[in-house]
Amino acid sequence: MTRYTRSFLILIALLVIGPHILYPIFLMKVLCFALFACAFNLLLGYGGLLSFGHAAYFGMASYVCAHAAKIWGWPPELCILLGTSAAALLGLIFGALAIRRQGIYFAMITLALAQMIYFFALQAGFTGGEDGIQSVPRGNLFGVINLANDLALYHVVALIFLGGFWMIFRIVHSPFGQVLKAIRDNESRAISLGYRASQYKLLVFVLSAALAGLAGATKVIVFQLASLTDVHWMMSGEVILIVLVGGMGTILGPVVGAFVIVAMENYLAPLGAWVTVIQGLVFVVCVLLFRQGIVGLFQRHPARLKKST
Amino acid sequence: MFTILGIPSQALFGQLLLGLINGSFYALLSLGLAIIFGLLNIINFAHGAQYMMGAFLTWMLLSYFGVGYWWALLLVPVLVGIFGLVLERLLISRLHHLDHLYGLLLTFGLALIIQGLFRIRYGVSGLPYGIPLTLAGGQNLGFMFLPNYRLWVILLSLSVCLATWLVEKTKLGAYLRAATENPTLVQAFGINVPRLITLTYGGGVGLAALAGVMAAPIYSVNPNMGADMIITVFAVVVIGGMGSIAGSIVTGFALGLIEGLTKLLYPEASSTVIFIIMAIVLLLKPAGLFGRRV
Repeated sequence: MTRYTRSFLILIALLVIGPHILYPIFLMKVLCFALFACAFNLLLGYGGLLSFGHAAYFGMASYVCAHAAKIWGWPPELCILLGTSAAALLGLIFGALAIRRQGIYFAMITLALAQMIYFFALQAGFTGGEDGIQSVPRGNLFGVINLANDLALYHVVALIFLGGFWMIFRIVHSPFGQVLKAIRDNESRAISLGYRASQYKLLVFVLSAALAGLAGATKVIVFQLASLTDVHWMMSGEVILIVLVGGMGTILGPVVGAFVIVAMENYLAPLGAWVTVIQGLVFVVCVLLFRQGIVGLFQRHPARLKKST
Repeated sequence: MFTILGIPSQALFGQLLLGLINGSFYALLSLGLAIIFGLLNIINFAHGAQYMMGAFLTWMLLSYFGVGYWWALLLVPVLVGIFGLVLERLLISRLHHLDHLYGLLLTFGLALIIQGLFRIRYGVSGLPYGIPLTLAGGQNLGFMFLPNYRLWVILLSLSVCLATWLVEKTKLGAYLRAATENPTLVQAFGINVPRLITLTYGGGVGLAALAGVMAAPIYSVNPNMGADMIITVFAVVVIGGMGSIAGSIVTGFALGLIEGLTKLLYPEASSTVIFIIMAIVLLLKPAGLFGRRV
């Protein structure tokens, strides 16, 4: 049994016992954010690309999914699929633009493009503007499983999460993932070896956007709400925080980070505006003192962003 | 009253004026970002928060100490600039040896802290700040009414931009450019590069605070005023490229004008037009209009 199989088995065991110990809604929130963070980490930790606008894909998928479920009355599996596809398409367009620049510019471009989606969501008719899309029906999965039952929904969300997590694991350990890491560490050398770096970057961007969309669409089915919070730049900041706390470039880091950050936010919710201040403090402390993250602490060679020259 | 392209002249010139005002702020803020980026190689995400601090400090000086606009214009950039110096010394300087993205993340965290603290203390509703008496009223130009304060903002912003551009041509500017190219060599010539870096950051932050003072009588003073502004300024910076100071100034004013015109011709797109222009520029000239390929 390899190290990875063991980790997987532990993760599955935790997912099975989870709802018997903790509140299922809380766990589903953790799982949605964990998947979102894993998708983001695929781009940052393995592609070396810091997107400051991942809320766009998360939020766009949640709006599309909510609209399909509420207005068109589609079944949940199709709504999630449609939301994910919308995010992938958006990722293709924005990714093609953003990969034309590198480093800091890449971060600023993704942030600006995401802000455009925010204004679009604020003005477009189908998003409900300031109100968002409320009381989205959870529906019946494949017409059979009634998702109004929290525990049934939990198992569906856990399966979606595991599927996404496994897919990211496979991507990272595939030949594609190896080339990606080579490009992250030394782009010029990878290009000189004959790899088309921009195609690899675009593909990982689309994959990351699609998986972020999967997380956003699943979140809508759980909370029955798509709102401006999902597309706001704070959401992009939050997913960065999760990955930073958990450990960027580690497979399990985003999952641990999501648990810590979502728990922290739930716990601190009564403090209101102080939550932002505390998030800022966590950012500062992580960047200055704790760059390897929680999971990185237990690894011998934690991945970190290389100084580009 | 006459019409141009079916638009009443008053509306047209009114929107162009608003565009120029916004452009003044875009130019000042992107200039500060470009100066900081030039030497520190980090994007100062806290720039918006520091601009907001400038506006708040102006309001606080008047409400708590009775210190008026003109003194604020002098004091606030210095005070916020000193705050910037402290930030650079204590926190940002620790990241010089790391990837630039960490600087972005650190300043993002700082922005969250600053904005959060102001939100806790002052709420989000916004505080009013009156136009200084000397600049109240306006000029009737025949085809439009020009408020004095707005004219002042445009002129002041233009002169500050021009002054910065001139400073770049002096010996100090030469030191800065040399330190950007090769810090080790410049240090070997006996110039204290770390101090130069700290002062540059303080200067850039001071510029943001100056923009904040100028904004206080125009926009309502509220903790979120910087956060929304800074993302647009990022787009401005991507369009112009951070290679040249003149480039940031021209791009800032031009985009303000284009935004103003869009408000008139197609209001629905006015909040997104700058981002759309950014996308087009990225397609045609990825390095930005005035940028060097990086």
